Amino acid sequence: MTTETGSVLDKEILASFSKSQFEPEWFATLRQKAFEQASELPLPKPDKTKIDKWNFTIIKKLVVESAEFADLTDLPDEVKALIDTEKPEQNLYIQRNHTSAFSRKTESAVKQGVIFTDIFTALREHPKLVKQYFMTADGIHVNSHKLAALHAAFLNGGIFIYVPKNVVVEEPIQAIFMVDTAEANIFNHTLIVADENAELTYVENYISTVEVNQTVANLVSEVFVGAGAKVAYGAVDTLDKNMTTYVHRAATVARDGKVEWALGLMNDGNTISENITLLKGDGSYASSKTVVIGTGVQKQNFTTKIQHQGKRSEGYILKHGVMKDEASSIFNGIGYIEHGASKSNAQQSSRVLMLSPKARGDANPMLLIDEDDVIAGHAASVGRVDENQLYYLQSRGITQREAERLIIHGFLAPVVHELPVEQVKKQLVEVIERKVRS
Amino acid sequence: MSSTLIIKDLHVSIEGKEILKGVNLELKTGEIHAIMGPNGTGKSTLSSTIMGHPKYQVTKGEITLDGESVLDMPVDERARKGLFLAMQYPSEISGVTNSDFLRSAVNARRSEGDEISIMKFIKEMDKKMNFLEMNEQYATRYVNEGFSGGEKKRNEILQLMMIKPKFAILDEIDSGLDIDALKVVSKGVNEMRGENFGCLMITHYQRLLNYITPDHIHVMMKGKIVKSGGAELAERLEAEGYDWIKEELGIVDDIVEVEA
Repeated sequence: MTTETGSVLDKEILASFSKSQFEPEWFATLRQKAFEQASELPLPKPDKTKIDKWNFTIIKKLVVESAEFADLTDLPDEVKALIDTEKPEQNLYIQRNHTSAFSRKTESAVKQGVIFTDIFTALREHPKLVKQYFMTADGIHVNSHKLAALHAAFLNGGIFIYVPKNVVVEEPIQAIFMVDTAEANIFNHTLIVADENAELTYVENYISTVEVNQTVANLVSEVFVGAGAKVAYGAVDTLDKNMTTYVHRAATVARDGKVEWALGLMNDGNTISENITLLKGDGSYASSKTVVIGTGVQKQNFTTKIQHQGKRSEGYILKHGVMKDEASSIFNGIGYIEHGASKSNAQQSSRVLMLSPKARGDANPMLLIDEDDVIAGHAASVGRVDENQLYYLQSRGITQREAERLIIHGFLAPVVHELPVEQVKKQLVEVIERKVRS
Repeated sequence: MSSTLIIKDLHVSIEGKEILKGVNLELKTGEIHAIMGPNGTGKSTLSSTIMGHPKYQVTKGEITLDGESVLDMPVDERARKGLFLAMQYPSEISGVTNSDFLRSAVNARRSEGDEISIMKFIKEMDKKMNFLEMNEQYATRYVNEGFSGGEKKRNEILQLMMIKPKFAILDEIDSGLDIDALKVVSKGVNEMRGENFGCLMITHYQRLLNYITPDHIHVMMKGKIVKSGGAELAERLEAEGYDWIKEELGIVDDIVEVEA
């Protein structure tokens, strides 16, 4: 089925799509309501980036039809390269445009009652769980802003993961969202719930294998980390230059819970990225590492925020960006300690490497602190490749070009090293290489 | 094949201020030279200038390696021609492992398609690290990041042993080292000693010369080499300091200069 709408979608198309997916009543209604709200709500206002001219709202198609993959050998090479095809057992989900195209689970994950399925199946089979959490994270409610409402209205893909109490998922869960049709707009929702003391490592890839035709990616991830639970969340985004992206990744962390973000934001197109963590419970912990390369005339805005509500909560933000050509990026880092979150620790470090005089990179670290008994610190720098480092490497016979390459890879290494799947690590290194060389 | 490094009437300025005022020195492979002298006389300027640090301006004179001037060569080319500088303050490079760094340095000397095999490289690096009593984790640690002063110096010698230059300049390799670390570092340099290797050690202290015996000793003052000799010169300096040389040469008080 292909849903054509000319310039914009309407409520009838959304209703018929809801029906075709056998969505529960509440969700179909939520879509309708969100669609109405979207026209009233304002766009989000990323600090220092004007997005009112960006194409976030012209959605020509809700879904495109794609075939499933019968076997991993059928995958295109770029996607195959992300997977350990030798592994006999793995937790893997591949979405092709909007189609759940391949999935497999380890035997132990099945036995332990881990739910891991595409979002539409989850809506049908686990409606209560989905309803309890869907768009409830602070800052990304349906009515938070126009893009949040559009996300809910046009949701056309994504996955749902639920890890029961005390279950440790040994193998990482890997999701690949591939775009191989020029017309596909991606409104993916990733919903992860880790119940008390559960542990999970998740890694996702957003990858375009074709040049697209002025499309939109409006992506929301919500992670709910239960008391004492641990979630490591890795992502590498490599969407096409003609895809305008809004991506919001949020976590809510309960008492003694822990979330670790490792985000390689390598889209070629204009991108607004928000990574928001709410440390709700006492003793909760978040670390957020982001690496970015800006090339061409790309405009990007990256906000990382860790908000402390729980006492003795700890939040660490690291952001490293490399700016080339005429690319322009804003890096906002926010550590916010609310009143009552005593003995909390908010730390952040933002560094931007400028490789071209025409590039622009702004690092804006912010500490908002409403509590006395806390520790907080920030460091920010924008500059060129360190001359002493260059001299040192060159004094060993390494050419200037190769020395710069080594320094840049090193600068972006903090995220590479955190990624749990060797193939995904390798892909990020290759993407960095391609962007630096280009 | 023996090589020669010749420094002839070298004058060097930094930010318009003349530091070296006519240095003459000739090094051959197979020889170890030591340059001693009080602080601020231009010893480190000499080593950085030979390597080609962009901050130092050669206003007069010549540096040649086997008859070819190195002054117009960028730093990396000088290195590939056979010069090596063990630095007083080695840089830290976050995110780059020691082994990746060293493999790049080794491969920079080989042609494309003839890169050293990873197995062979690891084997050789393991061997050298073992020799320098370095824990194997230093291979996967980031270049000099979080290393103690002594560990950094050991790492410089590891690079020296892997790269095998024709000429090594050791800029105060002994500073900040305890006696055990000094012994290990010296062991590394002595291991390199041979007819294909020449070395120029720069130091304040005679102590280093107890572990690495130089063939020639030079004293530098006020931007010039003012006295040269053998091992006996170092001993006299250790016993009597530099005042007798100043007296002998009629040098009036040493001006404190910028030591870079």
